[in-house]
Amino acid sequence: MNISRRKLIGAGLATAAGAGGLAAAARLADGRGLIPPDRYGIYGIGETLTYASQRLLTSRHSMAREFSRSQISKVFPVNGNPPETDLYERLLAGGFREWRLRVDGLVARPYSFSLAEIKRLPSRTQITMQACEEGWSFIAEWTGVPLSYILNLTEVLPQARYVVFFPFDQWWDSLDMADAWHPQTLLAYQMNGEDLPTPHGAPLRLRVPRQLGYKSLKYLSRITFTDSLRNFGKGLGSLSPEVGYAWYAGI
Amino acid sequence: MVEIANVSRPAIWPPPVSKMPRHPAIVRISHWINALSLVGLVVSGIAILLAHPRLYWGETGTVGTPSLIDLPLPFVLTGQTGWGRSLHFLTAWMCVGNGCIYAMAGLAARHFGKGFLRYSALQRRVYLTVVFVLFPVIIWTGLAMSPAVVSVFPGLAILVGGQQSARTIHFFVASALVVFVAFHVAMVWRAGFAERTWAMIADRGEGT
Repeated sequence: MNISRRKLIGAGLATAAGAGGLAAAARLADGRGLIPPDRYGIYGIGETLTYASQRLLTSRHSMAREFSRSQISKVFPVNGNPPETDLYERLLAGGFREWRLRVDGLVARPYSFSLAEIKRLPSRTQITMQACEEGWSFIAEWTGVPLSYILNLTEVLPQARYVVFFPFDQWWDSLDMADAWHPQTLLAYQMNGEDLPTPHGAPLRLRVPRQLGYKSLKYLSRITFTDSLRNFGKGLGSLSPEVGYAWYAGI
Repeated sequence: MVEIANVSRPAIWPPPVSKMPRHPAIVRISHWINALSLVGLVVSGIAILLAHPRLYWGETGTVGTPSLIDLPLPFVLTGQTGWGRSLHFLTAWMCVGNGCIYAMAGLAARHFGKGFLRYSALQRRVYLTVVFVLFPVIIWTGLAMSPAVVSVFPGLAILVGGQQSARTIHFFVASALVVFVAFHVAMVWRAGFAERTWAMIADRGEGT
């Protein structure tokens, strides 16, 4: 073993430069929104590489494929049960007339929308694929108001970096602003031309066709805009990472 | 199998000690990173597959629609896909990054020129198939299952007949790669496992 002093110093300098470069790159990437909230641990490396590369690749402009009516599936499976809270069951029994969607946080005009008000907003109908993380998938037609329209209506503030969704059960999730502004991100109240069936998230669900199915939260109750996810749950951006699933599911 | 053994035999059996292959450091390091990432990919791939061990052809498929193949595996063993997918992506990045570094180093050192000719014709054909067919197809079909990537390159899914077709092809190519690795390990075994493995670790045969 004769490692010369020069080699040792060279290797030390290279390591320091590499570490410094990585730290600088990480700070730069974070400023540009390229680092996901569940960045921690060994798997965080993979999640960060995937999220950053896909955000650089897709930005806000790429559109999930839309299909023709003839491609709509015959079977529409669901995972999970409707919320079993008294509140949700009472709203369901009342045909969701008392239901409200609260929109608050970093917006100039917080508002609580009734279902009738949401249905009066400009709508978008799209035939897209719902791909479950388990491996199965189906194609259906969804109608709803683009989330971007709600962002404009409530005048989301420029410092908002994430939008957090709360349904009537204990689940919660969030999207970055690239997906929040995306034209195919819908708050959907119809599926295949009918009111959203209860197991599919009545009365209002999220549709995010550029990500796997579990990001399309059902049974929405509240939406809030924030500049940091630190104070939500364990700060990982969603309940998903707390139970072992990635926050970003563009895959 | 017999045929493969006969063809390969003159090239690597019996292993003449004086002709023990010598591997540069970049080859040795990238070989073991590659081995580690392939193990991770296979283990995590199985964990993901077990949530829905049914393969379809076309764009979509679920329970209640016709399948192409029902794999003889316990159905709907859910709950393993979270870490499964995280490990799959971590090791996929490892594998691709490692492959890029290896290819660049190999090109720079002209490793892919004359050195490649010492392999038998069959070995050459198999290696070329792995590198230029199986690897690209498995990366292609992996990306074709990503709704975000397909939103940028819809052709990835359309050209293979749909997203479920991509999943099915991904499975079969992965299986072919597992078979290739099994043959590779068997060949190393026949040629002298300890010695060859040691050569791939430390650039010298055992006891030399």
